[in-house]
Amino acid sequence: MTMLPGATEKRLGLVVDLDTCVGCQACVTACKGWNDQGYGVALSDQNPYGAEPSGVFLYRVHSYAVQPVDGLAQTINFPRSCLHCEDAPCVTVCPTGASYKRVEDGIVLVNESACIGCGLCAWACPYGAREMDQDAGVMKKCTLCVDRIYNENLPEEDREPACVRTCPTNARHFGDFADPDSKVSKLVAARGGYDLMPEMGTRPTNKYLPPRVKDRRAEASLLAPLLDIEAKGFAGWLDRVLGKI
Amino acid sequence: MHPAPSVILFTVLSGLGFGFLALLGWGVVIPQGVQAFLVWGIGYGLAVGGLSASAFHLGNPQRALLAFSQWRSSWLSREAWASVITLILLAPVALSDWLGLGWPRGIGMAGAVMCGVTVLATSMIYAQIKAVPRWHHWVTPLLFLSFACSGGAILAGEARLAVLLSVGLAVVLWLGFFFGDRQFAARGASMESATGLGAIGRVAVFELPHTGGNYLLREMIFVVGRKHAMKLRMIAILAAAFGPTAVFVLLPMHVVTVLLAVALHLLGAFAARWLFFAEAEHVVGLYYGKR
Amino acid sequence: TKLFVMFGVAEDHDSNPIKIGLGKLKARGARVIGVNPIRTGYNAVADDWLGITPGTDGLLILSLIHCLLEAGRVDLTYLARFTNAPLLVVEDGPEKGMIAKNAESQPFVIDRRTGAPAPWDGKGVEPDLGAVYGGNRTVFQHMAERYLAAEYAPEAVAGRTGIAAQRIRELAAELARVAFDEAIELAQPWVDFRGNQHETMPGRPVSFHAMRGISAHSNGFQTARALHLLQIVLGTVEVPGGYRMKPPYPKPMEAHPTPHFVTAPGKPLSGPHLGYVRGPENLALKEDGSPARIDKAFTWENPFSAHGMMHMVIPNAHAGDPYKIDTLFLYMANMSWNSSMNSGAVMAMLTDKGADGEYVIPRIIYSDAYASEMVAYADLILPDTTYLERHDCISLLDRPISEPDAAGDSIRWPVVEADRDVRGFQSVLLDLGARLGLAPMVKEDGSPKFRDYADYIQNHIRRPGVGPLIGFRGPKGDLEGRGEANPEQIAAYIENGGFYQAHVPAEAAFYKPWNAAYQDWAVATSFYETPQPYLFSIWSEPMRRFQAAAEGVGFVQPPDHLRARLRQAMDPLPVWYAPFGDEVEGYPLHALTQRPMDMYHSWGSQNAWLRQIRGKNFLYLPTKVWQAGGFAEGDYARVTSPNGVIVVPAAHMAALNENTVWTWNAIGKRKAAWALDEAAPEAVEGFLLNHLISELLPPKGDGHRYSNSDPVTGQAAWFDLRVKVENAGRRLASEPAFPAVSRVVPQGDKR
Ligand SMILES: Nc1nc2c(c(=O)[nH]1)N[C@H]1C(S)=C(S)[C@@H](COP(=O)(O)OP(=O)(O)OC[C@H]3O[C@@H](n4cnc5c(=O)[nH]c(N)nc54)[C@H](O)[C@@H]3O)O[C@H]1N2
Ligand SMILES: Nc1nc2c(c(=O)[nH]1)N[C@H]1C(S)=C(S)[C@@H](COP(=O)(O)OP(=O)(O)OC[C@H]3O[C@@H](n4cnc5c(=O)[nH]c(N)nc54)[C@H](O)[C@@H]3O)O[C@H]1N2
Ligand code: SF4
Ligand code: SF4
Ligand code: SF4
Ligand code: SF4
Ligand code: SF4
Ligand SMILES: [Mo]
Repeated sequence: MTMLPGATEKRLGLVVDLDTCVGCQACVTACKGWNDQGYGVALSDQNPYGAEPSGVFLYRVHSYAVQPVDGLAQTINFPRSCLHCEDAPCVTVCPTGASYKRVEDGIVLVNESACIGCGLCAWACPYGAREMDQDAGVMKKCTLCVDRIYNENLPEEDREPACVRTCPTNARHFGDFADPDSKVSKLVAARGGYDLMPEMGTRPTNKYLPPRVKDRRAEASLLAPLLDIEAKGFAGWLDRVLGKI
Repeated sequence: MHPAPSVILFTVLSGLGFGFLALLGWGVVIPQGVQAFLVWGIGYGLAVGGLSASAFHLGNPQRALLAFSQWRSSWLSREAWASVITLILLAPVALSDWLGLGWPRGIGMAGAVMCGVTVLATSMIYAQIKAVPRWHHWVTPLLFLSFACSGGAILAGEARLAVLLSVGLAVVLWLGFFFGDRQFAARGASMESATGLGAIGRVAVFELPHTGGNYLLREMIFVVGRKHAMKLRMIAILAAAFGPTAVFVLLPMHVVTVLLAVALHLLGAFAARWLFFAEAEHVVGLYYGKR
Repeated sequence: TKLFVMFGVAEDHDSNPIKIGLGKLKARGARVIGVNPIRTGYNAVADDWLGITPGTDGLLILSLIHCLLEAGRVDLTYLARFTNAPLLVVEDGPEKGMIAKNAESQPFVIDRRTGAPAPWDGKGVEPDLGAVYGGNRTVFQHMAERYLAAEYAPEAVAGRTGIAAQRIRELAAELARVAFDEAIELAQPWVDFRGNQHETMPGRPVSFHAMRGISAHSNGFQTARALHLLQIVLGTVEVPGGYRMKPPYPKPMEAHPTPHFVTAPGKPLSGPHLGYVRGPENLALKEDGSPARIDKAFTWENPFSAHGMMHMVIPNAHAGDPYKIDTLFLYMANMSWNSSMNSGAVMAMLTDKGADGEYVIPRIIYSDAYASEMVAYADLILPDTTYLERHDCISLLDRPISEPDAAGDSIRWPVVEADRDVRGFQSVLLDLGARLGLAPMVKEDGSPKFRDYADYIQNHIRRPGVGPLIGFRGPKGDLEGRGEANPEQIAAYIENGGFYQAHVPAEAAFYKPWNAAYQDWAVATSFYETPQPYLFSIWSEPMRRFQAAAEGVGFVQPPDHLRARLRQAMDPLPVWYAPFGDEVEGYPLHALTQRPMDMYHSWGSQNAWLRQIRGKNFLYLPTKVWQAGGFAEGDYARVTSPNGVIVVPAAHMAALNENTVWTWNAIGKRKAAWALDEAAPEAVEGFLLNHLISELLPPKGDGHRYSNSDPVTGQAAWFDLRVKVENAGRRLASEPAFPAVSRVVPQGDKR
């Protein structure tokens, strides 16, 4: 049903730590690797070895240059995938009911066997989180690795999204935002997690942790010379230093 | 947004078709006999042809029937229902005109109203998309309705009505450009809000996430040159609105006159619709530093 | 650690462990500082970024040492106990600059308790850093005197390094504060090599890490020494919170072999071909003084070239200097492309013919697993398997998977069966060796000793009880480090996940070079045969031997044209000199490469997904250059170095040292290589910086051309490159463009 559930029991989603992401793209390929053989059709590629390769990815990592008013320019790596919005416009626009938000955990999914590939949901998503599969003609999007997180055939530690499991710096965290004691809720509270494009009114579940303040001046007072070396000479310095042992 | 030919064709032709059908249904023009068959045929042809052109746009057209299921939330679904209802409602009227059955016109008027509802639903598919600020405005439905009405009148050769509606169309087109140009800023989306990094400073792209192409770049990110766009805007207003007006004012009424007016109108309508897509910026472009 | 400082790291060899480590530091809010001309990746997440001018880290580091010494914020206890700071330097005479020795030829210290000489490793001895004995002063005094000099003051180095004096002083203060005021302590008793008992393990939670940003400059070795010295004066090496070594290290130089090069027909080489040079007498020189090796490693030009000098083999072979060769045999090195300096010229060398119409390099044999650019130049191709189709052994001998708390080694084993006519190269080598009758590869009767590489991994014995792998040794597979070959060893590794870890005991985990428990464990685990404790050499005797030779001391003498350079580069104390690349004029910018985290050198581009992510590279220009050149998005840049010109796509980057341009390494491909379309973006727009880098420095006054390497170690000076940049406007393809290579496999179709 493309009516949105009023509220969901759980609100599963991700926290992305922009202070920590080094932009290695490991999550991007892990995501494609898992979803290429998991939920729904494979993520096709066109001209993979040709002049203009192209393909579907559910997840992309950008890199931005941010220039403070006064201060050094910064580079900030920025992972982007579906935010599993509470007011998901991608769901309500879908004419077939293929696009839906789950009542039990809030995951936004596409039922590919009902998808006509009209592309409207991708238009409706402000975040570019949906990409149409050119071979299959159906809409693909992040599944929050629904086929991992509840998968009892996987060892416990693997029951989290592929991108989270792979991220070597732990810049991605998975959990239930409905539970104020969950790791993700606590991180958001502690680090000021925020929404992307709040003006779109989508109420994203996923939150981003801002980079910590960079290029702070050291607070420690500068080192004071032991004595005036030019006046006292090296010998004076040596006495002074070794006298300290 | 990528100006996909199938979608441009669909929206322009079906809009024209429904506009024309509305006039027929309402009884502004009441054709008879073979002429009725032809005229209703044109109306149906445009409407249905346009709808099927949109199927080219689908990845899995064989499942198109499923698109009727979500009328409670989806404008696309509502459009599907509205168009089918309209076409069904108008069928007896068409039959009556053709075969001279003289059935009452009430149902035709209902059909005419449904034509408007259909065009409205079509326009709402675009107008509802907040992520494309240019579209997300009341001027979008007005524009679609205006095109349908004026197009219908032109096609019907109802000179006076056509001139009136065409002048109206010119105003609405202008309004569309006027409001459209201001919508992105009004929406408040920026690279800073898209990334949430604005608190640190001005945000620009350092590296794109991929050097290869993808669906988003093809479908949602289309950059049209300003000069080019201005030229097309002129063409749209001149051809779609003032062209038919001039033709009807200057030339005597004749089939050729109508055809000329329709041709000019369509030319302008295609230009306007191309711009409707090409000039519409999706906020996802912000992530790519492209608007 | 509480404060972590990186110098010149983009990716590194243990790239996943580094990322994991950074993630942990970030999670607990520790402070990370990146010293790098470019702010991407690890440096992008660093809390603080010092966008240093390339090649000047040594100056920055020595200036930090200056500040610490000036304020007396140095770890004197550490210096006295664990380094050669208290040893005496001979002031004059033929032994000038050597460490003073006693009658037993042992270095000694002056005990503070008695004021008299005492053994350097004596129990209870308290070495005096300020001692003067027999007119000789301690290393500490030489060191302090040098770095206290005004030339190392922050104000004096700020201009060259591009780091403000205030910033340098702040960093010094921060290092001192964390090292000394936030010191930590582990309640772990231990015994040092002198027999002194310690109740705790004090730690200084400041740590450093450096990579090619330092080593790929012609002053890299001395800069690395400077960084080591900085850590030493802070007392942070091998202590809790500091930089720690991974077994089989620490290992003193004396525990390594010297290089061997004496050949005789029908006889094996006299010993290992690589090693550590102690003095001029170890150089790989023939009797006439000419280089014994084709790469000219271990010569006066690059005495300590412990890794060999791979980047010089083809140019030397082509020039017939030091001699001509008959066959060039290469393995897993894309030498006609991204692995070479001056790639265009190397391609010409590989196909060059002499007056007689014969190839200058007559035969080329090459083993590669893929359709690389180099394959096209081979007369004989030995197609290798991929990593997934063969056995491999990542032993303690080369870049093992060790951690500070564990020695580790690992294997690969075939997980898919090869579907082509290919053979694992290591097995091919064993086969070749057996056919040639090389002693260790054949049985008494001359038949092959090893079936294949798997057999070798398991059954080769290097020293009694020591083989390629340390785990699951002995007939029962229960021995660690030492033990007879185990026929089930590989199975045991696979069972264990492909690796083995020998864990360092808790009392041996820190202070390893001086920790008796560690030394005993290292012997038991087979790293060496007897305990090898040693002092860190702030003052390096082997270097001084070369410097002394350059001053005319000794029988083995360098050629005159190298004397000045050796005197400078072989300074026994860490020193900074301008990188040789800086000597040319008219090239105001530094040009660098970085490894993209998502590509492994050249061959990542074969991956259908990765090449969508990064199928094209740009030359990143700092704001100053971007604006001065009037660049706009889509423009190309014409980049000129003393060695050549390239025309390549340009892009702007603000978070960049203002005199530096850079690009991602090895994204550019030759047309039709790697089974890609000839029109692939990698081959059309992608480019290499390598064409601009010469393997030889511009001629000196005497016409001599040195190799573009560190004069001490011969490390290739990839990052000394200087260029100028102009706007070349809109283009569709990069230059130079080379014709397509002939395909050895068909173009890739579906993935
Ligand atoms: N993903 C991936 N990982 C790899 C490889 C790969 O190809 N891909 N290759 C492996 C190999 S063979 C190697 S050798 C290692 C290399 O690992 P790294 O040394 O980490 O790699 P480089 O990319 O060469 O990075 C050199 C860094 O030094 C900086 N730099 C250059 N000059 C200076 C300078 O003067 N001062 C300072 N402070 N910084 C400077 C550059 O900006 C760059 O960030 O990586 C290994 N790991
Ligand atoms: N401009 C610039 N140039 C550089 C550097 C730089 O920083 N800047 N860095 C330099 C450094 S540190 C390094 S290490 C070199 C690396 O340069 P190379 O060592 O040449 O690196 P690769 O491109 O990884 O691959 C070498 C070859 O190994 C092949 N290969 C891969 N797997 C196998 C296998 O299993 N078996 C066999 N037989 N072959 C295989 C690949 O197909 C490829 O042809 O580049 C150097 N070049
Ligand atoms: S991020 Fe986009 S696709 Fe995901 S729920 Fe929100 S609107 Fe829908
Ligand atoms: S593309 Fe599929 S999921 Fe998206 S709106 Fe159309 S039918 Fe629904
Ligand atoms: S949660 Fe799963 S599907 Fe979603 S981005 Fe991560 S790996 Fe991809
Ligand atoms: S794996 Fe982690 S660090 Fe790497 S790009 Fe993804 S989020 Fe960033
Ligand atoms: S390429 Fe292999 S060795 Fe290097 S980080 Fe990745 S997994 Fe580790
Ligand atoms: Mo390397």
